[in-house]
Amino acid sequence: MTTSRRGRGAVLALMRKHYQIYLLLLPTLIYFLIFKYGPMYGLQMAFRNYNTGLGIWNSPWVGLKYFKRILSRPYFYQILSNTLTISLTSLIAGFPLPILFSLMLNEMRGGTWKKSIQTITYAPHFISTVVLAAMITIFLSPSSGIVNKAIEALGGKAVNFMMRPECFVPIYVISGIWQGLGWNAIIYVAALASVDPALHESAMIDGASRLQRILHINLPCILPTVIIMLILQTGSLLNVGFEKVFLLSNDAVLETSEVISTYTYRIGIAGAQFSQSAAIGLFNSVVQFIMLVIVNTLARRLSETSLW
Amino acid sequence: MIQDTKADRIFGIVNGVILTLLTLLIAYPLYFVVIASVSDYIAINSGRVVLWPVGLNFDSYQYVLEYNAIWNGYGNTIIITLLGTSLNLALTFTGAYALSKSRLPGMRQCMLLITFTMFFSGGLIPTYIMVSNMGMRNTIWAMILPGAVSAYNLILVRNYYQKNIPAELLQAAMIDGCDDIRVFLSIALPLSAPMLATMALFYGVGHWNQFFEALIYLSDRKMYPLQQVLREILLINSEGTLNMAGNTSTAMAEGSEALAEIINRAETMKYAVIIVASLPVLCVYPFLQRYFMKGMLVGSIKG
Repeated sequence: MTTSRRGRGAVLALMRKHYQIYLLLLPTLIYFLIFKYGPMYGLQMAFRNYNTGLGIWNSPWVGLKYFKRILSRPYFYQILSNTLTISLTSLIAGFPLPILFSLMLNEMRGGTWKKSIQTITYAPHFISTVVLAAMITIFLSPSSGIVNKAIEALGGKAVNFMMRPECFVPIYVISGIWQGLGWNAIIYVAALASVDPALHESAMIDGASRLQRILHINLPCILPTVIIMLILQTGSLLNVGFEKVFLLSNDAVLETSEVISTYTYRIGIAGAQFSQSAAIGLFNSVVQFIMLVIVNTLARRLSETSLW
Repeated sequence: MIQDTKADRIFGIVNGVILTLLTLLIAYPLYFVVIASVSDYIAINSGRVVLWPVGLNFDSYQYVLEYNAIWNGYGNTIIITLLGTSLNLALTFTGAYALSKSRLPGMRQCMLLITFTMFFSGGLIPTYIMVSNMGMRNTIWAMILPGAVSAYNLILVRNYYQKNIPAELLQAAMIDGCDDIRVFLSIALPLSAPMLATMALFYGVGHWNQFFEALIYLSDRKMYPLQQVLREILLINSEGTLNMAGNTSTAMAEGSEALAEIINRAETMKYAVIIVASLPVLCVYPFLQRYFMKGMLVGSIKG
């Protein structure tokens, strides 16, 4: 009894002594409570028939009505499948490339050339999604775009890529690789910089070639980083970003381009079906969180690397 | 020193060549935008602009400079970027410094509370309704407050503080009679200059390229930031865009050829618009490359 009281006293004394630290934390904490936990509180509108006039708390409770409605709509499964197609294709095509790129970059001697390669490959990352979408549209234009000019020069016929549903995923994925290759490699470049040079020296004495050293020293050294990135990406498979899809798609390609985030926007904000849209958002968040936990558990079992 | 074998040297050369070609491939689309922006539009549309400008001229830039909506958007974006980034940095660094004191009671719980938001969120609609109810629609606050701190960046900076600032240094300052805020402002903050530069870049670019909040919260055209204006010019092809390249009503009276010329010119001007909008960011980041590489290296390792 006395120890716990003394313990509590010591804790309070420590807190009082460093009250300014708590003061420094306060604005940031308030931000998270209002802007991150506030919307989580608002998520109950997914179970209510939200009415702007009544507010969240007074709108009538309808239980799982909106969830049942989504799950009974065939269109929802199409969107789910589009979302997974886009993110899985991006993951399979886009995930290994930055790793390969960083391993290759690591083999270059430092200097201006190496630094220039890095600077140039980072550039697309800094371009806005609006500009990216515009560049794609301009380049792929059937009348004046350079891609179609090249096709015509080679004797082919111009293709209206942006209007073809089957082209949407390739366009999305390839432009994503272009934009992210250099930037996504940074984290691996950083991990490679911390590889102990002594490992390489002793391997060289044993006569290991460069390729052998990459495969048996560098790759295992960055493996934990690779696994963390893989967990994060797999955990967000349902989270195909809104902006790029929204800016690249049009009514002609909606059958392959509509994803959860654009659908939520379309029915929620453009269509003002707040409760229905919030239900889709909640479904998405929950499934995503469960996926993250599963992937993380798997990773911990298999490789002893995990987020938590 | 052990000599590279012949095979290893060949490996190095092939590696360098592949990387160089890859880099050229990545650079080409941007390079093309640059040369197209100063080329003759007839040459571009006939596919003659490939490696260097054809019919060098700066007419496109002239038209862009005279287009007021862009400058209005530019102004709005500069204000949003300056104000928004300042708030981002203030909240991120004070919060990260406090959270780095993980021995203090409650800090671990706060950390958990913040980390959780990275993996679970209320989603678009509840956020939208809350922000709207707070009366932020059509105000600059809608562009700044909802994203005032990124949990990911916060954790990056916190890890940096935990690993890079020696606790003894901070303790010594405390013994010398500095209070916590003093220590933070005059010791921790200056020592985290590389991280400050990195975060200023990340947040700054984020605001410069910010589009989504403008789309859902702003309907007043005077408030439109650059990206929203760009979308209208580059992707929606409104009549206003064509008017940028020439007077459509007189052209219509003159006949279809004059109108076709305006449409072609508008198409070419898009290249100049892209350059004008992206140049500030593309000019800044190479100078900060050293810092963000280092910042990512230190901050991303789990503490």
